[in-house]
Amino acid sequence: MMINSSLKQLGEMLQAKTISSVELTQSFLTRISQYNPSINAYISLDEAKTLAQAKAADARIAAGDVTPLTGIPIAQKDIFCAKGWRTTCGSKMLANFIAPYDAHVISQFDAVGAVNLGKTNMDEFAMGSSNETSYFGGVKNPWSFDRVPGGSSGGSAAAVAARLCAAATGTDTGGSIRQPASLCGLTGLKPTYGVVSRFGMIAFASSLDQAGPMAKSAEDCALMMNVMAGFDERDSTSLNRAKEDYTKDLNKPLAGLKVGLPKEFFAEGLDASVGKVIETAIEEYKKLGAEIVEISLPNTGLSIPVYYVLAPAEASSNLSRYDGVRYGHRAAEYTDLMDMYNKSRAEGFGAEVKRRILIGTYVLSAGYYDAYYLKAQQIRRLIAQDFTEAFKKCDVIMGPAAPSTAFKAGEKVDDPVAMYLQDIYTISTNLAGLPGMSVPAGFAQSDDGKALPVGLQIIGNYFDEARMLNVAHQYQQVTDWHVQAPDLSQLPDLNQSEGVA
Amino acid sequence: MALSIEDIKKVAHLARIEVSEGDAAATLFKLTGILGLIEQMQAVDTTGIVPMSHSQDLSQRLRDDVVTKTNLRDEFQKNAPALGNGSTEQAVAGGLYLVPKVIE
Repeated sequence: MMINSSLKQLGEMLQAKTISSVELTQSFLTRISQYNPSINAYISLDEAKTLAQAKAADARIAAGDVTPLTGIPIAQKDIFCAKGWRTTCGSKMLANFIAPYDAHVISQFDAVGAVNLGKTNMDEFAMGSSNETSYFGGVKNPWSFDRVPGGSSGGSAAAVAARLCAAATGTDTGGSIRQPASLCGLTGLKPTYGVVSRFGMIAFASSLDQAGPMAKSAEDCALMMNVMAGFDERDSTSLNRAKEDYTKDLNKPLAGLKVGLPKEFFAEGLDASVGKVIETAIEEYKKLGAEIVEISLPNTGLSIPVYYVLAPAEASSNLSRYDGVRYGHRAAEYTDLMDMYNKSRAEGFGAEVKRRILIGTYVLSAGYYDAYYLKAQQIRRLIAQDFTEAFKKCDVIMGPAAPSTAFKAGEKVDDPVAMYLQDIYTISTNLAGLPGMSVPAGFAQSDDGKALPVGLQIIGNYFDEARMLNVAHQYQQVTDWHVQAPDLSQLPDLNQSEGVA
Repeated sequence: MALSIEDIKKVAHLARIEVSEGDAAATLFKLTGILGLIEQMQAVDTTGIVPMSHSQDLSQRLRDDVVTKTNLRDEFQKNAPALGNGSTEQAVAGGLYLVPKVIE
């Protein structure tokens, strides 16, 4: 079935002209109109724009001007500016914002003739781990409709899992690609900081934000990375490195691979059912020839406190641009300029975003800078040094991507601290700037008898994405967790029922 | 250190976010929880550790001093918000943005 095909298979079908990009795109648009009203994975769709791109891709294919992703429909997280598309970042603040230019990531996909299928739902300004902070409503986890897909890239995760796109983009500041990938049973990669340009990607915490692919397999992620990665002078932190082919190492055998298991990732706080799945996955790696090494990342527990100083501090600065003057929400009624700022921001931002701006403002305010911001930056170095030490003993690090499987909608929404703990295993790699990925490793049974996906996290050394993709791909050659798809037959077809009413 | 309602009001003012009297108490409760989490840092001895602001030790890249940006003002102004206070007109005039009067 086309919707379950890999990017490579789709590319081959398009190039052999067994299907056209318009047909392929239309089949996804039809599924979207059937399922999206209840899953809510997309915030914005624009069939005319999407089909025009598909048509252009078909013309390119006919002319023989083909790349592996030409004509393939990709969902874009609504954090990326795409010219002429409404780009909301999940916020009321930007509910009517039409992007005047393309993010680098978007122009990279455009350049190879990929098709933009639509803009996916997300936690507001990427602040959240459940997609529940979105102004445009929560997203259903396709594996269990009363549960969250994770966040902040929850819409992208649900769209890939429900086969409402061939693959999607995400961004990851503290786990926003890997945790939803884990909760929705996908393969997702957060590259080394600086590998994918942040130009046109709406900023949350600039020293941590990094874009990456969310897809059905490691091979698909490698093909996406070939498009997304690369130097861009418009991002001052973009790294000027030679273009890399991320598929080049996929087929290397894993014999002799040293896998480090950090004891802190298997301690208190990890659901036993998740731990069991991870242990089984590690056994599989042993069979593939990997050697297991015990390592320690002693400062793991501090990564959450450090993150909740640094990320809000950077956010409070980045989000000061939303003042109701040039774009974004402006209050309908105000007395003077100060009142206009205060009201526009109070109305335009949701509760979690406001909390983080206030925390960030507090830790940067006079008298507290040394105790919070500077201290957090010092511990950030300790956390990064833990990894430097660990990588002297191993090639990759493995552990869970998230401490639990998908939780029920509403369960943690009123308890920010409990929500923050979702990212306990992912945040430290953002602080260190290292690449990390989540790979489907099996299912754990929930209390109410649902089989929910579990993600194995693979952390690599700087610029080791090709090796990580190899490590994931070899596992996917001997397991079939990544090809399993959720059953959507129980999902209410809101589109149809609305039609009847 | 314990956060007070006064702290919330001060920070909200610095952040230019209106927080109503009613919301201030709830905000105080949630922020106190987050600060409690952050306080764990204070137990760590960080004497002599160089702060890390960025994951790659890079210096700022320089470029040639030439114009690289095109003028997108008209494009940008299409996103201007409505003026407000009863007017649904866009808050732009003559290529500028309109804000409440700040000089008497």
